[in-house]
Amino acid sequence: MAISLKINGATRSVDAEPDTPLLYVLRNDLELNSAKYGCGLTQCGACTVLVNGAARRSCVTPVGSIEGNEVTTLEGLGTLDKPHPLQQAFIDEQAAQCGYCISGMIMAAADLLNRNPQPREADVRAALADNLCRCGTHNRIIRAVLRAAQNKGGN
Amino acid sequence: MNAPHLPRREFITALGGIVLSFSLAPKILLAQTPAQLPGSLQTNRTLDAWLRINADGSVTVFTGKVEFGQGIVTALAQIAAEELDVPLARVTMISGDTGRTPNEGQTAGSQSIEQSGTALRMAGAEVRALLVDLAAVKLGVAADTLKVTDGVIHAPDGRKVGYGELAAQADLKREATAKVRPKPPAQHKIVGKSAPRRDIPAKVTGGAAFVQDMRLPGMVHGRVVRPPRYGARLDNFDEARIKAMPGVIAVVRDGNFLGVVAKREEQAINARLVLIEFSKWSGGSELPDPAKMYEQLMSLRSEDRVISEKDAPVPAGAKAIEATYHRPYQAHAAIAPSCALAEFKDGKLAVWTHSQGVFPLRATIARALGMQPRDIRCIHAEGAGCYGHNGADDVAFDAAMLARAVNGRPVRLQWMRDDEFKWEPYGPAMTMKVKGAVAGGRVVDWTYDVWSQSHNMRPGDPDGINLLGSWYLADAKQPGPARHAAQPNGAGDRNAITLYDFPRQRTTHHLIMDNPVRTSALRTLGAYANVFAIESFMDELAAAAGIDPVAFRLAHIRDERERAVIEAVARAAAWKPGEKGDGRRGRGIGYARYKTVATYTAVIAEVEVNRTTGIVKVPRIWVAADAGQIINPDGLTNQIEGGVIQSMSWTLHEHVRFDRNGILSEDWMNYPILTMADVPGVQTVLIDRPNERALGAGEAAQGPTAAAIANAFAAATGKRLRELPLTPERVKAALGSPLVGTPLNTVRYPVDAASDFGEQGR
Repeated sequence: MAISLKINGATRSVDAEPDTPLLYVLRNDLELNSAKYGCGLTQCGACTVLVNGAARRSCVTPVGSIEGNEVTTLEGLGTLDKPHPLQQAFIDEQAAQCGYCISGMIMAAADLLNRNPQPREADVRAALADNLCRCGTHNRIIRAVLRAAQNKGGN
Repeated sequence: MNAPHLPRREFITALGGIVLSFSLAPKILLAQTPAQLPGSLQTNRTLDAWLRINADGSVTVFTGKVEFGQGIVTALAQIAAEELDVPLARVTMISGDTGRTPNEGQTAGSQSIEQSGTALRMAGAEVRALLVDLAAVKLGVAADTLKVTDGVIHAPDGRKVGYGELAAQADLKREATAKVRPKPPAQHKIVGKSAPRRDIPAKVTGGAAFVQDMRLPGMVHGRVVRPPRYGARLDNFDEARIKAMPGVIAVVRDGNFLGVVAKREEQAINARLVLIEFSKWSGGSELPDPAKMYEQLMSLRSEDRVISEKDAPVPAGAKAIEATYHRPYQAHAAIAPSCALAEFKDGKLAVWTHSQGVFPLRATIARALGMQPRDIRCIHAEGAGCYGHNGADDVAFDAAMLARAVNGRPVRLQWMRDDEFKWEPYGPAMTMKVKGAVAGGRVVDWTYDVWSQSHNMRPGDPDGINLLGSWYLADAKQPGPARHAAQPNGAGDRNAITLYDFPRQRTTHHLIMDNPVRTSALRTLGAYANVFAIESFMDELAAAAGIDPVAFRLAHIRDERERAVIEAVARAAAWKPGEKGDGRRGRGIGYARYKTVATYTAVIAEVEVNRTTGIVKVPRIWVAADAGQIINPDGLTNQIEGGVIQSMSWTLHEHVRFDRNGILSEDWMNYPILTMADVPGVQTVLIDRPNERALGAGEAAQGPTAAAIANAFAAATGKRLRELPLTPERVKAALGSPLVGTPLNTVRYPVDAASDFGEQGR
């Protein structure tokens, strides 16, 4: 059935069952790459997106449940030409090894900065504690989030 | 029963056998022995296999090594750009494609810089010289008067010619000579600098960066259903029910291989779940008893080799001690379950894969499917970090099976989380026994024995087909045998031979030939466990001798670079000779030179032990590394720090849970890893040696980190833990503290007990 969604500021209509996890609609119907399948169980955070500005695991969010809500993915934060302060900070800090977790990390960080624009390091650690990184890039990720907060504050 | 230790004479005879078998190599090779070329030029000998100069002045670089987050493609681009004198931005990298790139086997063992980097350095220097010669003719001047800047060749009189203008004349279809000397390090402008990673911008903006992100026209989605136990048989399943499900295109069964293809991804996932529910399986093999796992593994058939031996008398009155260490099965546990795309069309198969070796994968898929390798193309596309041989190759084969069933339509298949955890080949469980003696502050005796299953069951084995799905086909294929690997690389015996200068020592590798639990290459192979054991025991010997652990190590070292790296970490951590723990906090050191010939790494860890909960934390950690010439300092730092943190996770948290009926670790709840909250800052010291060979570093820090943490725990508490990981349960048992609550790391999550093996559990 047709479901109308607000994704990254645009209204999009998709033909999917309402119980389809948002993740597959984003990836396959809307061809947005950023949200990733990692576990399908809300344990790893690779699929994290923002729904009305708050972090949400898209792997267990039925697409029918978010009609009328604003969904933001990594693509909606910024682009290569006009990166969001978080995206720029992750580039500046070279805060990735394989990078599969990074979209989820940035979205969880965006949620944090929405709530707390000037987080301390401990706040960042706590906010990202449920996002798993396997390569050991944690410290760079934390530095990138702190740098983004600083740059955003300075804007 | 294990085979007895080989006495020395027999050992030499066995070695003679190896030499003999090499001399029986195909005669044609012997008849026309080609010149030895450096790095991977030896096996991919023409210049155009590596480099092409394009008419617009850009350069295309081909490498058989592939990216999985280690930054290798960026580092190789730096090397090529440096030798060619072109800007990095003008270099396009093509990697890991059986249709286009050199065959460099596996991207493994921290060897890419040494193999591919060396080839590109030599080929780059030679192509640059070739272009300069062409320019000299064109401009009518002597070649040695010409200068190259940013891909433009300048004559002293101001005339110039760009690489692009010479591209058509430059004949690179010729064998490399390796006679052109590469630049001296002092002239490097690109190598040695922290060039930003080429792959990161796409990864932080949602670009198509991974194989998971590929979408081919007409693509459909596949999923596979694995048996409830290793080796179980599929008795029957409800095919009609699955075929009636929405979107289902095909149910694929071949013997005990079972999969489904559907129009949409969630439809394939749903069909898989229903297939699991409505399929009946029987038989399959029992796993070892986890409570007696190490004893059971050591009682299996093994092939034993003495890999190092040195004799000297033991002085009277030497103080002797011995200890046994264990490392459990540990998972690669990539953040992404493995994924592949496959398309079968007109008898030809294309596979997009994050395999570490597209050529061995192609050869093995060909054998498994009865195809010719020339009819298969395997193309690398990035997956998540793999840390060794995970499900990448297996899912590629699975995708090929499904694609063949829906001829003409490309199939995308990503394993589910439990597929990856339960079916990937783990890093093997290992036992290390060490006996040693000290006299006069020196180690005077050292006997080391290591027991391990195979660490290399990758595709490419000539005597077997190492692809999971193929073992379950009606025409079932068999995996290859466990094999010893020659030192210094080794496998289970990687870093088993002590690096220290002991007058008397003997090292034996007991290669377990059976595979009760599926295993293969996990980052460092045996080095992680061997360095953990050797370096733990060095501390035990230092304590027996009453000497500070840092001083004790330095007393047994001859190599200046080994000494420098240990001193560097001690300085960075402000190590105080003879420093003591306080029952709760303490520090320890671990050292190794990876594979005996690669990066030197020393680590000092500080631990904080909660004596009530048994939880060990590492609030601070220092690492010093000497990887020879540094190609990209930021990339090297990232690799070293990542290695430290991943090893901390292995050492404190990780072991595959199973019972006799099957694997219980199926998600992150029952295979917990280190999280953001517990990751300390890592203080990293890099020692650059621009005039030395660049050494592999991706696996250098893991062993020393494990040892440093274990030694810090012993320093803090006075008790030594010899079995990994350092779980709260073991900590409390060692400290004799009362059990309080359920230890976090050893929670047995409710799992389907599968009391009836005939039914697949959830």
